[in-house]
Amino acid sequence: MSVDLKIIEAKQIAPPKTSTNAWEWAKKNLFNSWLNTILTFIASAVLFQIIYAVFGWVLTEAQWDVITENYKLFMVGQYPVAQLWRMWAALTTLTLMFGLSAGRFKGTMLRLSGILLIVYLIHLGAPFTSGSTKIWLATQISILALGYLIGHYFVRAKRFTLIGWALSIPLILFFIQGFGILPAIRTNVWNGLMLTLLIAVFAILVSFPIGILLALGRTSHLPVIKYFCIAYIELIRGIPLITIFFMAQVLLPLFLPTGLTIDNVIRVMLGATLFTSAYMAENVRGGLQSIPNGQYEAAKAIGLNPVQTTFFIILPQALRAIIPTIVGQSIAMFKDTSLVAIVGLVDLLGIAQSVKSNPEFLGRHMEVYVFVAFVYWVIAYSMSYSSRRIEKSLGIGER
Amino acid sequence: MQKEKRISTPFWRDNRILPILFQIVFVIIVVAILSYFLKNAITGLNRLGINFGFHFLRRTASFNISESLIDYQPTDPYARAFLVGMLNTLRVALIGIMLATILGVFVGIGRLSKNWLIRKLTGLYIEVFRNTPLLVQIFIWYFAVILPLPQVQESFSIGHFYFNNRGISIPWFTTNDATVIWIVCFVLGIIGTVLMWKYQLNKQMKLGKRQFPSIWAAGVLFVSLLVAFLVTQSGPAHISTPELGNFNFTGGLRLSAEFLAILCGLVIYTATYIAEIVRAGIQSVAKGQSEAAQALGLKNSITMRLVILPQAVRIIIPPMTSQYLNLTKNSSLAIAVGYQELVSVGNTSMNQSGHAVEIFMLIILVYLLLSLTTSFFMNIFNRRSQLVER
Repeated sequence: MSVDLKIIEAKQIAPPKTSTNAWEWAKKNLFNSWLNTILTFIASAVLFQIIYAVFGWVLTEAQWDVITENYKLFMVGQYPVAQLWRMWAALTTLTLMFGLSAGRFKGTMLRLSGILLIVYLIHLGAPFTSGSTKIWLATQISILALGYLIGHYFVRAKRFTLIGWALSIPLILFFIQGFGILPAIRTNVWNGLMLTLLIAVFAILVSFPIGILLALGRTSHLPVIKYFCIAYIELIRGIPLITIFFMAQVLLPLFLPTGLTIDNVIRVMLGATLFTSAYMAENVRGGLQSIPNGQYEAAKAIGLNPVQTTFFIILPQALRAIIPTIVGQSIAMFKDTSLVAIVGLVDLLGIAQSVKSNPEFLGRHMEVYVFVAFVYWVIAYSMSYSSRRIEKSLGIGER
Repeated sequence: MQKEKRISTPFWRDNRILPILFQIVFVIIVVAILSYFLKNAITGLNRLGINFGFHFLRRTASFNISESLIDYQPTDPYARAFLVGMLNTLRVALIGIMLATILGVFVGIGRLSKNWLIRKLTGLYIEVFRNTPLLVQIFIWYFAVILPLPQVQESFSIGHFYFNNRGISIPWFTTNDATVIWIVCFVLGIIGTVLMWKYQLNKQMKLGKRQFPSIWAAGVLFVSLLVAFLVTQSGPAHISTPELGNFNFTGGLRLSAEFLAILCGLVIYTATYIAEIVRAGIQSVAKGQSEAAQALGLKNSITMRLVILPQAVRIIIPPMTSQYLNLTKNSSLAIAVGYQELVSVGNTSMNQSGHAVEIFMLIILVYLLLSLTTSFFMNIFNRRSQLVER
């Protein structure tokens, strides 16, 4: 009996260690074969070179005064200084909505608001920020906190927050444009990051319903509608965005009756919308195809007509499945707005072009472009980050 | 007999008529809008004194194109300028696709490496270059990297590679008398190699003994190249190295600053997308597949080559096609740095001749042709790699 026990004891294998020290971790992840060891050394050398070069340049070589002295230009361009409070008001509206949503929904919105807070704090602490800007930034931070508290304690229904978002868009446009109540601001001074965001948001929001209609049309049984939608989608997807912008600039005025002119910025927005809606349509179609046939049959069985089936049964499920793709499309559109700089609009990249041609800052290409790229990166990365979180929380791709 | 009661539905509720009616209305609306625009366009063009038509293509283009694959003079007609532009688009797109695929596949595999540092490094690369606009990247390459390089006279060199603010000059091959013979021998050698490899492989399968097909095949290729050398008594091509002339480098291959900027931008940007596609493709192959291969006793490399990759390729090809098309379309951003491809040439001709409608039609036509041909070839490839199901 005792002998048996001994054998069992001897055979027992020690349980795998749960905690590993740094050396064991490194052995497993960096040096587990001779090939990996070589790779690790090469990669560390490369990484060291990159870090050394990048930090060396950013901290010592680069002259950042080209950015700090033109900061207002980069953000809002030549928007009249006397009316700048309207930009701040528009931003405050946005901040409030972020705060509200963070308090109400938590999760991704909370993290996005966190990023916003960090951005505000960095600007608040930056040495080049002027006094009045600091007051406005402090207001933004308190509004963000206020929004969070309201969202956390008072707004019970999701609906209110959604209505708030819907109302905030015309409100922001009102602040920017004036609509005749405030002094009108011509669109040629809508510049900088503000213009980039306006074009992107407009294109994404408007292309969404158009895309849904096109996708429904493409999957419809009516031949005329179907082939019209196919032709539109494939034509637009076949040509580069820059040709569409050129067409919006050159051809659109030609197609309009004499005397009627559409504003430059609006034309570009229309071009961007027409372009994105074709891509949006393909995304929505992907969602529609992922709905099993049983859903249609079940809807028919309970007596819904095709329109009801589409809007109450199919679309809600299809759209839920493609949220990550739509965010991806939005990021692509946001990055593509930089193309408007080629057709003469002064968006964030356009401002960069004009700032670096200022004789005072000649030759500061790298500083200007790296700053612009960084601004684009922060926004695009926040979007892709939230998309990944939404994807995880919806459990898409895991079922 | 009771009279049959006919149920008459009014036509606006008849499920057979309604769709037709709806489509007719749709067609009328679309045609109305289009004809309205067209009428405006015709009156507008008449006012400007421009007659619609493609006759202008035969007129002299009279603008210069700095780099061209075929002979081009400013005295050539617009049609030839367009051809030059199209070839320039194809040139940057084809080279870009090849380089982006190579870089993308390496980075994609690196994302799945067992080495933690490699995983992080490739991840960093993807996150940085994927989330910044391509146009900004192209500007950085052009204005901030290439243009600040030294003047031609002071260009710095690594071996026979010369870097200056007009681009890069590298050693390149020039053909000589022996080139044709070498090419013929090489092609015959490749055919012979494939045949030999198949023959030995069949023999190996039949006899069940190792016949070393790859060694035999390599032998055939070697013999064919040896024959070429013995016949011609010289190498397949001369290597010409760039030399500094009075104004610029002569000899070798000169890659212009504009071409390099657009190429670097396109390759580095598109490779991030290709890397993600490759990673997703490899990850999509069920784990059981590699485990089963291991259980059969296959080596790691063979598992990758014969089990994982053929299945991953199936997932990878469709999104890869659209990335290739994206790269081709994005090559139109070259207009921002002055590399004269199709859109750029079109833009110049438009400003000169005023035939905007026709030129846009041409550009759209060319891009549609390009995307159709690409999808055609990728579809063939796709069909070959598809799973054959019962």
